[in-house]
Amino acid sequence: MALTTVDQTGGVPARSLTESLTSGKSDVKGRVLEAILLGALLCSLGVLLVLVIDLLKRSWGIWTERPLDFLTSGTNISNAAEAGVWQGIKGTIMLCVVVAIVAIPLGTACAVYLEEYAGRSRFARWTRINVRNLAGVPSIVYGILGLAIFVKAMDSITQGRTVFAGGLALSALVLPIVVITASEALRAVPRSIREGALGVGATEWETVRHHVLPAAAPGILTGTVLALSRAAGEAAPILLVGAVTGLLRTGNQSFWEQLTGPFTAMPVVIFSYARQTGEAFREVTAAAALVLLVVIILINSVAIWLRNRYERKW
Amino acid sequence: MAVAAPAGAGAIVLRTATGRRRRDRTMRWVFRLAALMTFAVTITIILTLAVDAWEFFSKVDKSVLWGQIGWFPRRGFFDLPTLIVGTFIVTAIAMVVAIPLGLGAAIYLSEYAQPRVRRILKPVLEVLAGVPSVVLAFFAIAFINPNIVRRFFERADVFNLAAAGLAVGVLSIPIIASVSEDALRAVPMSLREASYGLGARRASTAFRVVFPAAISGIIAALVLGVSRAVGEVMVVAIAAGAVGGALFHFDPLLPGQTMTAAMAALGFGSDQVAGDNLAFQSLYFLGALLFLMTLLLNFVADRLVARVREEY
Amino acid sequence: MDSMSETLPDEHPTPHLDVTMHEAPASDAAPATMVFRTKDLAVYYGGFRAVRDVDLDIRKNEITAFIGPSGCGKSTVIRCFDRMNDLIDGARVEGQVLYHGVDLYGPDVDPVEVRRRIGMVFQKPNPFPKSIYDNLAFGPRVNGIKKRSELDAIVERSLKRAALWDEVKDRLKESAMGLSGGQQQRLCIARCVAVEPEVILMDEPCSALDPIATARIEELMQEIKLEYTIVIVTHNMQQAARVSDRTAFYTTELNPDGDRRTGRLVEFNPTAKIFSNPDDERTEQYVTGRFG
Repeated sequence: MALTTVDQTGGVPARSLTESLTSGKSDVKGRVLEAILLGALLCSLGVLLVLVIDLLKRSWGIWTERPLDFLTSGTNISNAAEAGVWQGIKGTIMLCVVVAIVAIPLGTACAVYLEEYAGRSRFARWTRINVRNLAGVPSIVYGILGLAIFVKAMDSITQGRTVFAGGLALSALVLPIVVITASEALRAVPRSIREGALGVGATEWETVRHHVLPAAAPGILTGTVLALSRAAGEAAPILLVGAVTGLLRTGNQSFWEQLTGPFTAMPVVIFSYARQTGEAFREVTAAAALVLLVVIILINSVAIWLRNRYERKW
Repeated sequence: MAVAAPAGAGAIVLRTATGRRRRDRTMRWVFRLAALMTFAVTITIILTLAVDAWEFFSKVDKSVLWGQIGWFPRRGFFDLPTLIVGTFIVTAIAMVVAIPLGLGAAIYLSEYAQPRVRRILKPVLEVLAGVPSVVLAFFAIAFINPNIVRRFFERADVFNLAAAGLAVGVLSIPIIASVSEDALRAVPMSLREASYGLGARRASTAFRVVFPAAISGIIAALVLGVSRAVGEVMVVAIAAGAVGGALFHFDPLLPGQTMTAAMAALGFGSDQVAGDNLAFQSLYFLGALLFLMTLLLNFVADRLVARVREEY
Repeated sequence: MDSMSETLPDEHPTPHLDVTMHEAPASDAAPATMVFRTKDLAVYYGGFRAVRDVDLDIRKNEITAFIGPSGCGKSTVIRCFDRMNDLIDGARVEGQVLYHGVDLYGPDVDPVEVRRRIGMVFQKPNPFPKSIYDNLAFGPRVNGIKKRSELDAIVERSLKRAALWDEVKDRLKESAMGLSGGQQQRLCIARCVAVEPEVILMDEPCSALDPIATARIEELMQEIKLEYTIVIVTHNMQQAARVSDRTAFYTTELNPDGDRRTGRLVEFNPTAKIFSNPDDERTEQYVTGRFG
């Protein structure tokens, strides 16, 4: 790129100094490029916007006519006018509870071991590699794991195709996310705090429990929220585990019976409705999709807000 | 103090109270166990896939794995090229969407955007990452196909690979954008300062200095994007069509099946079969293939990211 | 009183140190109790030998200073006394560190109890991000003291010993992070004191503080040395001359293969001698400012 034009008569710039200093202001090529790049960013975000608007438009009828009924009705794949998402909501909540009980403590404990105890040992290195690999495994493989192990092999514990089995499959899926985010949160706690605690004669566990974990809690919480939102949005693993795609006949089952019987969840409900033909079901599917999308966006936004707010400057 | 011993009086015993020591040791084992569990998950996945995949592979007549009319598991046609071509077409279309948009967004956020703008727009990109794939799958058949694909290509089928590919592309944008943005931001400011100091403009600095310096990380981002696209299930299960099997073809405007869609069909879709027969075991076989593919892709991306961290 | 006169032989030029020397202890009269003794102490980080040939003893109720140029191993050695080097991956200790005759690195020794008896104050004040009260109560709590009244007494006693009580007694529940640098460091000393150690190790405790805060801490050290044994690492020679009874001078030496430097103990003597009439020429060069 020529920065100045040199006069043939021997080294003196042909353009005046002022000219060359101010010509940068009208850098057309650069501006166009910047606009294109900004366009790429805006397009990516724009898709989200188009998505939400389209879903809203499509499901407008339901929201204006029977919003509450929609949210509280069961899955109905024969009559769109009576279709609802209640069973999906219930199922997703139950699945999230199972994931919260299983994956969060397990993943956090693994992260504590990696950051506080194992350091740079070979075991730690291999565990980290393993966790990173697991993070990239497609969700359907976790579905196979769920089917083969949690449904079939562990039949006596999980009672087959139940929320337990589905929750366990999802826990395996989000475990890497929890480990990775908890590790980052623990790593951000400065070493001086640990040294201070150990220096007065505390054991490692006492140091972790009273100082490191509390300091890392906001980051771990953020990771928890992100993991739960991921679990809430997955369909393939729970479909393979046997989530019901039609109406769940729960009738008057007790809570325990519901835990150990057939189950469904929001993504599965959306999947069921999406497969039905007819304009009426398009409306229903869009409404269900909107519910799930809005909930997940809200949860993720909370997580991001939490992270930004508690990003402590040590 | 409960455990003080008089200094210098007789033999000193340097031990902590038994209860505290036991608690410390127990908790150490609890944490160790948690770390071991992650290996348990991996080993279980590998064993589960390997056992049935091997059974399938050894039982199946090898000739039906190649050169068949298509993938029809219930009729015994396990034509792998059908699925591989399907996966390839969907992934390729996805990358045509995701790479320009993802990279462009990343470069803008890293090199051009003001801190205030970045602070607002980057989280929105992260929110996009959370969109569930079923929602996008519905969007593919309800919006993308009629308004985009069929508007330009009238002969496109009601279900086709192209619509699925576009939706998968949207799903892959966030990971490409965030990993490449991290890579670009990891390039030290001093390189940019050197470039500006020589009188280069922002575009030249961004593309000729920063981008090449971050190239390992950017390739890692692309590889991860491909891995994401290859592993996507719900979009192709719903939008790519191919109920009951797929014919071998190269046409994105026709319905087709990817590896993941075939697995979905076997697991909970139209090819769902009961019992331990060959068709059902092909699910594990495909699972094993998919696992190996994504393992390889993620391993490559991992090595590239490690190289970026070393350099800076 | 003035120890300068007894150490100024005419042949040696007076070192240019404008300090009042600390009174040399009448140590050689009565045998002082030995708290630490090191024998052939060497510390390795991985394959690299960071410091070698450290033979010295630390006496009860004295202040011992470690001085020397950077990289000479003084921090490394002091961290051996409370097994803080354990926290560093790949650190290995050879030789012996005897605490009242017990090898600190022996197989039956629990580092947790070691660190209760041998406290440490760090270069950068590191209070816990909790209240002042909780900072001080943590140590006693994990050692089994749960009763509120006992903890209150310990907190008050420790803060008084660290000359901080009057400044914070009305805001014990406030966060320790709101204190000034000097106050935070005194809080860390109080935190140490709360678990009733015998020894207090100080690793460049004043290097992050302003001169006034530094002076207060030096004053504090003189007060508490009556009850504790203190070892201080400092890069400030005048500080060592001001506060310590005995001083250990370390330096670095180029390795035979010529690429890295290993630290070693050069001289260990009463402070007055180190600064006026040192045995080793390297010590003299360092304290007179000719190098380092």
